Amino acid sequence: MYSNTTHQHKGIFRNIDWVMVVLWLILVTVGWLSVFSTGNQETFSNIFDLNQRYGKQLLWIVLAMVVALIILILDPKIVPPLSYMIYALLNLSLVAVLIFGTEVNASKSWFQVGGFALQPAEFAKVATVLAMARYMSAIDFDLTKRKTLLTVTGIVALPFGLIMLQPDLGSAIVLFAPILMLYRFGLWPWYLYGALTLALLFILDLMFSTYVVVGLIIISVALLILILKAKKREAWLMVSLGLATIVLVFAFDFFFHEGLKPHQKERIEVYIANLQGEDRDIRNIGYNFYQSKVAIGSGGWTGKGYLQGTQTKMNFIPEQDTDFIFCTVGEEFGFIGSMFIVSVFLLLLYRIIQRAEIQRSRFSQIYGYGVASLLFFHFVVNVGMTIGLTPVIGIPLPYMSYGGSSLWAFTILLFIFIKQDMHRYEVVG
Amino acid sequence: MNVKRDRYFGRQYFFLVLFIVVWVALGMRLLSIQVLNDQYKRSSMVISIREEIEIPARGVIRDRHGVELVVNYPVYDLMVVAREVKPFDTLLLCRILDLDHLYVREYLQRQMRDPYLRVNRGVIARQLPIDQIGKFTEFQFRFPGFYVQERTMRRYPIGVAAHTLGYIGEVNQGVLDRDSYYVAGDYIGISGIERSYEGVLRGEKGLRKRLKDKFGRDQGPYLGGEEDIQARAGLDLYTTLDAGLQAYGEQLMEHKIGSVVALEPSTGEILALVTSPTYDPNLLSGRERAKNYHTLLNDTYRPLMNRALQAQYPPGSTFKMVNALISMQMNALRAETRYSCGGAFHMGRLTVRCHGHPGPTNLAQSIQFSCNTYYCYNFRDMLDRSNYPNTKAAFEVWRAHALSFGLGKRFNNDLPFGLAGNIPTSEFYDRYHGSGRWRALSIISLAIGQGEILTTPVQLANIAAVIANKGHYFNPHIVKSIGHPDSLNTAVRERFETTIDPHHFEPIIIGMRDVVLAGTARNAYIPGITVCGKTGTAQNPHGDNHSLFIAYAPMENPQIAIAVIVENAGYGSTWASPIASLMIEKYLTGEVKREALENRILNSKLIKR
Repeated sequence: MYSNTTHQHKGIFRNIDWVMVVLWLILVTVGWLSVFSTGNQETFSNIFDLNQRYGKQLLWIVLAMVVALIILILDPKIVPPLSYMIYALLNLSLVAVLIFGTEVNASKSWFQVGGFALQPAEFAKVATVLAMARYMSAIDFDLTKRKTLLTVTGIVALPFGLIMLQPDLGSAIVLFAPILMLYRFGLWPWYLYGALTLALLFILDLMFSTYVVVGLIIISVALLILILKAKKREAWLMVSLGLATIVLVFAFDFFFHEGLKPHQKERIEVYIANLQGEDRDIRNIGYNFYQSKVAIGSGGWTGKGYLQGTQTKMNFIPEQDTDFIFCTVGEEFGFIGSMFIVSVFLLLLYRIIQRAEIQRSRFSQIYGYGVASLLFFHFVVNVGMTIGLTPVIGIPLPYMSYGGSSLWAFTILLFIFIKQDMHRYEVVG
Repeated sequence: MNVKRDRYFGRQYFFLVLFIVVWVALGMRLLSIQVLNDQYKRSSMVISIREEIEIPARGVIRDRHGVELVVNYPVYDLMVVAREVKPFDTLLLCRILDLDHLYVREYLQRQMRDPYLRVNRGVIARQLPIDQIGKFTEFQFRFPGFYVQERTMRRYPIGVAAHTLGYIGEVNQGVLDRDSYYVAGDYIGISGIERSYEGVLRGEKGLRKRLKDKFGRDQGPYLGGEEDIQARAGLDLYTTLDAGLQAYGEQLMEHKIGSVVALEPSTGEILALVTSPTYDPNLLSGRERAKNYHTLLNDTYRPLMNRALQAQYPPGSTFKMVNALISMQMNALRAETRYSCGGAFHMGRLTVRCHGHPGPTNLAQSIQFSCNTYYCYNFRDMLDRSNYPNTKAAFEVWRAHALSFGLGKRFNNDLPFGLAGNIPTSEFYDRYHGSGRWRALSIISLAIGQGEILTTPVQLANIAAVIANKGHYFNPHIVKSIGHPDSLNTAVRERFETTIDPHHFEPIIIGMRDVVLAGTARNAYIPGITVCGKTGTAQNPHGDNHSLFIAYAPMENPQIAIAVIVENAGYGSTWASPIASLMIEKYLTGEVKREALENRILNSKLIKR
């Protein structure tokens, strides 16, 4: 049932959106170059040396391309029906990893097979988005219904809980990224705005003081009432909303000072200090923040030159080729290089949104937003963390960080969408 | 195209806005830390690069014959990088190196407090003896973060010419602020040649940039070593000093206060620059430096002062030759001019006393017998009765001539801290007596080298050199060659002409010859050598007269010009002339045959020490 013959091409790349593919390829390539740069070049023999991380990463990239090709070959119509099964399987694997997994750094996140390890949580992200897209593409889907909302929350909560048991806070938290997707498809927007407002108020509370925040709330409520010329009932509603917010802020403040363990509290305090431009406790808790800022900050306009970095090779930065891979870009390619990567990411995200909007299939459209939400969250939190804007949460930079699991998971995530997009005319949605 | 539009279609634009906001926010933050803020660039250098400084060997200083005056010897400093220190056996370390454990602990804590200091090497103990260092290296594996750094100190094998050679010491804050070459803990020449030739002697420091990892372990050269700087060794200096003569001069001047300066008239090379009391230069090198320096500083005889360059004396009768030469040049005096002397110069209420001698004298005889009356009369003739419109005009001419002898200003030579002496100006007398209200008699003291005239010993020796050269001199200097003994340090070998015609020197030289043969300094006579000399007995406000003598020899072919001053010691002929003549004999013949005279000088103690 091809509806438009002009879009017909031969081969597996028929109707493929090359923009997304090329952007993906750029990120993977720069990622590998950065992994190579952080590696030990004194023992360099050849880039396929599997004893070196860059050699392994090259293998992961080749395998990721194979996986991408397989997805392009397979029939896209089997994806929606299989979504729940994939979701179920991945949740089973999350249970299995708690039992059979290898414990690394006090958390059971890995299946260890010989010299290689798989991290099921990475794939669980894909599965969760698939399941949500499947559920939300139903004809009678309506997020304003409480039951629907609860179901959607449930789909996220199951893998979230399992991953928290490992425990791996970073991987678990990213499962909330699809809130952006929900917003696009009818979530009552005040969930989003409310969450953002509260987060902002909490940060302001820590940066300045509770009284500043309370003052801010009172002034805002008063202004709103005056400007909107609120009727008596609306005014009372706003006042009670303001009071509730104040209570929440006080509760948060109390929780922060009394409910947290000292080391958790210090972590947050160091992060807040960082936001305010202060390098605090750079020998302990602030170490990562400081070292990664030094690495990126020392890059200047154009960087120190490829392979010429000094901060991203000598293990000053923990996880220098995984979570902090962006430091290498910042140090060796400077502001120009960093902005190039930032722009590539945001172009890719914009392209995904753009393509999602022209999908005929409800599933493809929702799934596209899921892909964008997940990538966006990883990108912002990861890059933000290296430049001291977001807290240090151990999540990889998609396509660039060293590691097979995350590379494959994000590649699968993207190429399922690319494949759906290639066949968007075949579906009558 | 039949894209289905749903109720929430508009919300897609929220994402576009979100992406733009994120792009701007990340861009601003990156711009801020990468471009606008250079703090992270500096931190990056501190964190990941260790700069290893190689201090080159300082140049050796020799005398004119190649005898070593200043050499290097190795000492060992204990360095520590506080951050690399792991818990260690403090007591063992302190026992091996003889350190105070409280000091060690406090030092490490202090280093740790500063984010820069804790990752860089600091000196925890200086100049440790070799046996302690030997034991330390044996146990070094037990003290991570501690390093031994070899450094060189200065040693003075024959311990002479302390003031001329000078000493080195750690740079102070003033130098650090002024000159970026130095870092705290570096050594720099503080006085003497060590100071004036600092740039030549020190060489250029080498710099190696090494990458280090987070544990401070070496990870090879930074940028393949392309920013490294090779150290360049300091150049050796060959001074003009004659070590034997210098040592002999210091011996003769022992237990006396004063100075001996000997020059080679044909070059201006300083053969000996003796100041007394002096000290062993080794005292100001090594661990005891601060203590010794303090002792010397508090010594009432001021041994740290270099009298040869910094003490200013009235020249007394040694100045008579200068006055005579100027007077001849101003046509106020001829070799045959005679003035009679009745034992004093009387003019109105003024009396300048002379001493018994045959008279009336001609010019040469006036020098031979050092007749005060002769010079007073002539001074009046020169200033008041010459062809100049007034006394002041004549005085200005006189002064210009005097300055051409190198008086009244510091020689622009290669020794620091010289003083200028003083040839008074007419403005000074205008202020003192009132303009137009002074004549020759008002300033008659100048006639016999007293009054406001002040000279340094090196200036006096230079007067002798001018006479020996019959009208010119070479800038007195101390470094003959830099780097290689055959090269000539031409920068300081400058020839200056006096304003006196050469033929005027003949009667002066005859007079000076007769001073030694049959005049005021017969004890300066050396068999077989014609010495030309002149005594001086300088009155001064500080006590007994200073004993002065200037001379050169041999008359036919001058090889040495000399000035000797012994403070508060009486007549020029009592102390200064014998010392000068012993120096001349030593230099010209290599040995001293007049043992009785030598013993008298060597065994005299004019000050209690």
